[in-house]
Amino acid sequence: MIQIKDLHKSYHMGSNSLHVLKGINFDVKEGELVSIMGSSGSGKSTLLNILGMLDEADEGEYILDNVPIKNLNEKIAAKYRNEFLGFIFQSFNLINYKSALDNVSMPLYYKGVKRKERTERAMHYLEKVGLAQWSHHLPSELSGGQKQRVAIARALASDPKVLLADEPTGALDTKTSYEVMELIQGINDEGKTILVVTHEHDIAQMTKRIVNLKDGIIIDDSKVEQVRASAHV
Amino acid sequence: MFDIERWQEIFETLQKNKLRTFLTGLSVASGIFILVVLLGFSKGIENGVKSQFEQDATNRISIRTGVTTKGYKGLNPGRYIQLKNSSFDAVENKYDEYLEYRTRDYMIWGGTVSYNNETGNYRVRGTLPDNQFIENADIGSGRFINQSDVDESKKVAVIGNKMKKDLFKGEDPINKNVQVFGMNFKVVGVFYDPGGDREEGQVYVPITAAQKVFNAGENIRNMAFTVKMADNFDEAVAQSNAIALGMEQQIKEIHTMAPDDISAVRVNNTLEEAQKIYSLIATIRAVFWFVGIGTIIAGIVGVGNIMLIIVKERTKEIGIRKALGALPMSIVGMILQESVFVTLFAGLFGLIFGLGLLELVGPQIESDFIKYPQVDFNIALTTVFLLVFAGALAGFIPAYRAAMIKPIDALRDE
Repeated sequence: MIQIKDLHKSYHMGSNSLHVLKGINFDVKEGELVSIMGSSGSGKSTLLNILGMLDEADEGEYILDNVPIKNLNEKIAAKYRNEFLGFIFQSFNLINYKSALDNVSMPLYYKGVKRKERTERAMHYLEKVGLAQWSHHLPSELSGGQKQRVAIARALASDPKVLLADEPTGALDTKTSYEVMELIQGINDEGKTILVVTHEHDIAQMTKRIVNLKDGIIIDDSKVEQVRASAHV
Repeated sequence: MFDIERWQEIFETLQKNKLRTFLTGLSVASGIFILVVLLGFSKGIENGVKSQFEQDATNRISIRTGVTTKGYKGLNPGRYIQLKNSSFDAVENKYDEYLEYRTRDYMIWGGTVSYNNETGNYRVRGTLPDNQFIENADIGSGRFINQSDVDESKKVAVIGNKMKKDLFKGEDPINKNVQVFGMNFKVVGVFYDPGGDREEGQVYVPITAAQKVFNAGENIRNMAFTVKMADNFDEAVAQSNAIALGMEQQIKEIHTMAPDDISAVRVNNTLEEAQKIYSLIATIRAVFWFVGIGTIIAGIVGVGNIMLIIVKERTKEIGIRKALGALPMSIVGMILQESVFVTLFAGLFGLIFGLGLLELVGPQIESDFIKYPQVDFNIALTTVFLLVFAGALAGFIPAYRAAMIKPIDALRDE
């Protein structure tokens, strides 16, 4: 699903140059649940941004679902993001003046789906995350865990190839974190490819594979015995 | 543009910030309001001044005389210059080819005129047939003085509409006799004048009759001409100035006056005055446009500013939208549409309010120099287009900024 070869990325700040990614190689197959770990400054967020087409690599190859991702202009990047990717953020990033339902249907709006179908599909995903009865509430009326579940529903709405989650449990307490991870595991069980960036070991253990990043290179990439979140809840 | 979702979104954001929307709209609305009112009044001033000029023909040159202030060729200062028929003939002959209408007048200021038991004091004015056109007098009934009246010194009179009202009380005055200083004059016509009561409170008689009846001999009080108009207004002004100057010199020669004596002969050139006033009106209008456009610009800068703040506030939201697959164009469209909507809506409000005020207050204004302040349809349309353009302009920079927002920067957690 994802193939990355010799990925480099540097940031230039004035005369200083910061080499963040120093040749990353890794592949993700369909249906995998991968966590990317590493201390701050290891380059894990940069890697996720490149995977999410929010940023572009200086060097190297990135192939997503057999489509080479390079020389993107804004328009194509927007189209690919809409088609291929679903984002889950640490701070949820819901639009605060829109109801949960409207938030979830937004990717479908940009995909050009008609209003009626959009609402139906958004409702379906809200049901899936167990928030159907909260569909007309604003994000401010939801708890942190509920917000993240709305965000997950939104990420799923356009039926993307890959879900990218940047510290999805970073703003949540342990119990809620496990609930969210349970949901993510459930989605993975249905076959969705998911990448999770995290620095929490217990969260990483709930994935199927851990990629450890340090100073811009992968120091460890190993399959793990998945811990089911439901065991903790 | 016709996307219902887009509109819903705009209304949502506007509703969320009622006060901000209101204040922004107010600045645009007041800008347009001020522009419309100013333009209305500049039109009013134009109308007022034009109607002042309509009292008489605008291409008129009139000559009056007074008392000399300088001695010349052995003659003492303080001499009254009396125009004669011969002075008029000389001037008329010399400039004949340039002149359209011509008249010489002899008048008595407070002439007692009566009909049956009604009596009043009116200006009695001996004149030539052409004066009808020089004074812009309209004949209401009957006719004006004609050439045969003049040739035969007929005692006929053309009375003003005011005299008809005063003396005849609704009776038809035509072919009735009025007494001017006790002498019978037959009324042959009634005239109206754009100058109103002041001008309509006089009676015209043939100059020859007036000279005889008032023992004036060959004396005339003043003479007036209209010059043929050249097609180009500036040319016409230059020509009429040259003629006016020539006539002045000629009169001075005929009556032996010092060439630099400015008070003994007064040549009044209406066209020159008109040109001055018209250029003044043009200036006033230009200033009004300038002020109006200035206020609109202030309003638009306000809208632009607010939109910038909105974009800033919504940076994160725009980032989210982009991460979800929003095209840069859809973001630009969103901001532009909101900006155009706010300016257009507020502007139309200001426009309607301004037009309403002019409509309401306009007719109440009683001033010689402001008449019917109004804004014509074209100007209203122009301001509307100006608004759409302005709204787009105000939204452009913020929209561009919004389009340039990188989702990666917008979504970075602090």
